[in-house]
Amino acid sequence: MSFGEFVRRNRERGVLVVQPRMGFSDPRVMRAGLVATRDARATTVGTLTLDSYTRVGDHGSAARALRDGVALNGYPIVAHPPDTTRRMLGGVRSDAFPVQVRHGSPRPLDIFAAMAAAGLGDTEGGPVSYCLPYGRAPLDESVANWRASCRLLLESAVEPHLETFGGCMMGQLCPPSQLVAISALEGLFFRQQGVRSISVSYAQQTNPAQDREAVHALRGLCARLLPDVDWHVVVYTYMGMYPRTAGGALGLLTGAATLALSTGAERLIVKTVAESQRIPTIAENVAALEHAAGVPAGAAPEPAAAAGGEVYQEAYAMVEAVLNCDADVGNALVQAFKRGLLDIPYCVHPDNAGRARSYITADGRLRWADTGSLPLAGGGGAARRGGLTSAEFMSALTYVQNRYDTEAMAARSSAALPYVFPGRII
Amino acid sequence: MSGHPGAETAAPPRMPPAGRRGTVIVTTVSSDAHTWNLVYLQLLIQELGYHVVNLGPCVPDDLLVAECGRHAPQMVVVSSVNGHGYQEGLRLVGRLRSEPGLAAVPVVIGGKLGIQGGESERHVADLLDAGFDAVFEERAGGMVSFLNFVASIPRGAARELR
Repeated sequence: MSFGEFVRRNRERGVLVVQPRMGFSDPRVMRAGLVATRDARATTVGTLTLDSYTRVGDHGSAARALRDGVALNGYPIVAHPPDTTRRMLGGVRSDAFPVQVRHGSPRPLDIFAAMAAAGLGDTEGGPVSYCLPYGRAPLDESVANWRASCRLLLESAVEPHLETFGGCMMGQLCPPSQLVAISALEGLFFRQQGVRSISVSYAQQTNPAQDREAVHALRGLCARLLPDVDWHVVVYTYMGMYPRTAGGALGLLTGAATLALSTGAERLIVKTVAESQRIPTIAENVAALEHAAGVPAGAAPEPAAAAGGEVYQEAYAMVEAVLNCDADVGNALVQAFKRGLLDIPYCVHPDNAGRARSYITADGRLRWADTGSLPLAGGGGAARRGGLTSAEFMSALTYVQNRYDTEAMAARSSAALPYVFPGRII
Repeated sequence: MSGHPGAETAAPPRMPPAGRRGTVIVTTVSSDAHTWNLVYLQLLIQELGYHVVNLGPCVPDDLLVAECGRHAPQMVVVSSVNGHGYQEGLRLVGRLRSEPGLAAVPVVIGGKLGIQGGESERHVADLLDAGFDAVFEERAGGMVSFLNFVASIPRGAARELR
């Protein structure tokens, strides 16, 4: 059974699929992590998160670390021989337990080749989302890399699945409409490359009502843009600065699960109570998966808001402006960034215009402070031009962290104490 | 590294008297893709009166050396939060200190430097021995000691601090 089909079958049963972010350099530990994910009291898919050396293509350093017994922050799939990865997955990965590779590379060709050699075909990323926020590669080079990588994936895997990372873009302070637009556009890019099983991501932001509107907008856009492929929505638990208390961390995770359940999203990627401090342990990941799976579904998913909402309208305007740049979505994305039709706040990549700015309103919504050259009429809200001081910037960065930590502390329970490291990895 | 030699990032509009105290380079290690820490440090150090060159994510050692040659910085601030800061910091500072012009430039590192959180005193000592002038772990008080350190950097000319 393919990754897409696994998720589809669970949707038909009304079950939310949950997934960790998890990677260890030692194959025995990685295998133990997958087994624990599979055996958690939840409907799960497994994750191989790759290490930072592999992400940037520095496979020599990854191999050296393996040789020297230095632990990495993920699984170095290129440095490990394919047989090692096959053995690590043997008897764990199955039709009932798909495993996805999560990597973060604007140059993923080596990674996709290593995946193919190990029999893996489910992964994620995108030409924009894995280039602008995290890399130094020029955007046009990233687009070319992702075209070649999609070709390799289609040649080497039976029913490959690709997830857009475009719903994250820096993790925080990007207004939801642009997250929706980029996620949908990356989905369209994958479709144009011939990928037929796609998921589109959206990362939880600062305001639950705005987030619900955004997931509905994403669904509405993709229904129009991806009529002939298998697609589903994956929600990421908050990707910005995470609460430091156990209570705050769990409160935010509960919010993400509620967002997924109330919008009919099919899959959720969790975060753990250790997130603010370090790479989580296997046990912390399992606890997060089980917590998310235990969040009650509540009422049936609310019907999608009519297409008149602000998030949908802004996202639609951006998608339309980008698609008008070129019939090829990859070329269109490159041109759009050049012209500032897409512009990620606080992204320092040279191919990002860097004129758009965001702010958090009193009721916690993320809005545009400066729309730069974005194709948005009226600036999308009260323009608040001018830069932030470092203190204002830090308070925007820590808005979610502080809100959830404060709520946890107000509950006056032990969960309000800073989370303490248990002192072991597994 | 093709295409983009460490371009300076757009300076935020509300900048204090620009760069009257000289230039500081804000950078990270070559495998670290995080940038929020870099943008924050850029704003903070600008407010202290420096011109800041923010090299962005995943900075190769050679690029940092070249940018130091270009800007003659008063200080180099390395910030890393992906857990590779300890391993890569050792290599990076060795490379910097081996350059004739960079033996005495103040170079500091901070953030989340290992994958387990709360790195040991030995790790801090290793980084100092390898050539960093100061190590700021992410913890209460880390930022205050960083600000004190920046305040201690003399204007105009770098000097050996250790």
